[in-house]
Amino acid sequence: MVPEMPAEAPTIANVTGSRAPAGPMVPARYRVTDHRQDNADTVTISLMPIDDPIDDPQPGQFTMLYAFGVGEVPISVSGCPRHEGVLMHTIRAVGATSRALCRLEPGSVVGVRGPFGVGWDVSSAEGSDVLIVGGGIGLAPLRPVVREVLAARERFGRVALLIGARTPEDLLYAEEVERWRAVPDVHVEVTVDAASRGWNGHVGLVTALLDQLPITPSLTTSFLCGPEVMIRVVARDILEAGSPADHIRVSLERNMHCAVRQCGHCQLGPLFVCADGPVVTWAVAADLLAVRRW
Amino acid sequence: MNATSIRDLLAAQPVLRDLEPADIDLIAGCGHNEVFPAGAFLTHEDDQANHFFIVREGQVALEMHTSTGPLLIDTIGAGNLVGWSWLFPPYRWVFDVAAIQTTHAVVIDAACLRDKCDADTAFGYRVMKRFAQVIVDRLQTTRVRLLDLYGAGNAG
Repeated sequence: MVPEMPAEAPTIANVTGSRAPAGPMVPARYRVTDHRQDNADTVTISLMPIDDPIDDPQPGQFTMLYAFGVGEVPISVSGCPRHEGVLMHTIRAVGATSRALCRLEPGSVVGVRGPFGVGWDVSSAEGSDVLIVGGGIGLAPLRPVVREVLAARERFGRVALLIGARTPEDLLYAEEVERWRAVPDVHVEVTVDAASRGWNGHVGLVTALLDQLPITPSLTTSFLCGPEVMIRVVARDILEAGSPADHIRVSLERNMHCAVRQCGHCQLGPLFVCADGPVVTWAVAADLLAVRRW
Repeated sequence: MNATSIRDLLAAQPVLRDLEPADIDLIAGCGHNEVFPAGAFLTHEDDQANHFFIVREGQVALEMHTSTGPLLIDTIGAGNLVGWSWLFPPYRWVFDVAAIQTTHAVVIDAACLRDKCDADTAFGYRVMKRFAQVIVDRLQTTRVRLLDLYGAGNAG
């Protein structure tokens, strides 16, 4: 005898059975509500909870995104629900799981664990000048910082945003960057490694623009995210300009797996980057990033 | 514009800040002020390098022609100098230089300054040191850019 099939086959999205007890290792289901192609290999997806939502992330924190049947990867939060109404992640397709996440269309379901780690602590920069330097995909975890600073602009001193990208076509959030540029009293510069004629921004390394920014380094809190080499050269220049090392915050990227300080994949010296980072001060990071790993 | 005001303009440029006032005077004697509208070329690849430029306001791009059109190699903004092909034979520009925005620059006559450097070698050494610092800075940033920092292998 053939069993009668249910009217609707169970899927990850519609299953209503009891869930495992909530905890940091249990993903909550979220539905993709928007998919935006940022450039050739980078996508921003917006998520709404199906299950109980995760705690509202702080800027700089990350989640573990689970592409069902493929794998789980750490992705920085690029938009917080309290700012956007949705949870946003900007993902670059560099491996099997991130490629699967980049292919998710509205209606798809993903698993989300988190939020994890130490964020940027934007409010502690109140009263000081602010320098935000984002290179490549490194602009994604800084986007909530920009949103937070602009939402309370009067609480900060001078604000400078410096963005590096490979080409003008690779620039993330291009339209939003133009809106940031239009905000009075916010200094925005974009520089790329290569461009064709018609590009009116800068071409060159981000460091070439540092001494043109309207900030006082000794009174500035800096937020840096991007390739590690970029972080090192920018932090060194800011330091030489007079900024204290503990006023320079950097986001470290390591191979987070469990995200709860258990597996050790993300260990960097004494740090578990998943829990002690990803954001640390340059006072903490400088010696760790100077270690030759090979 | 007379040499005194050129001197004041040069003294305000960060790229020359380490030089003595007397050195600035000597350089200013070889300079004149010029304005380049957006899109204008300051010089072209293979032109004789009879001048170099100290950008006061605006921004210029170093460009090179390719089979797919001109590519921007670097941009240089206010307070920086453009050009060192004038220092060494064959004194020819390697890149096109175009104004991206309206650009105000002090144009320095290369032969005039080379003669002054040869006549006063201590001055020449100080000028050379200043240029060497600029060249080293640009070389180092160029080397970092060669790493393709923002490419997929360096995702940050």
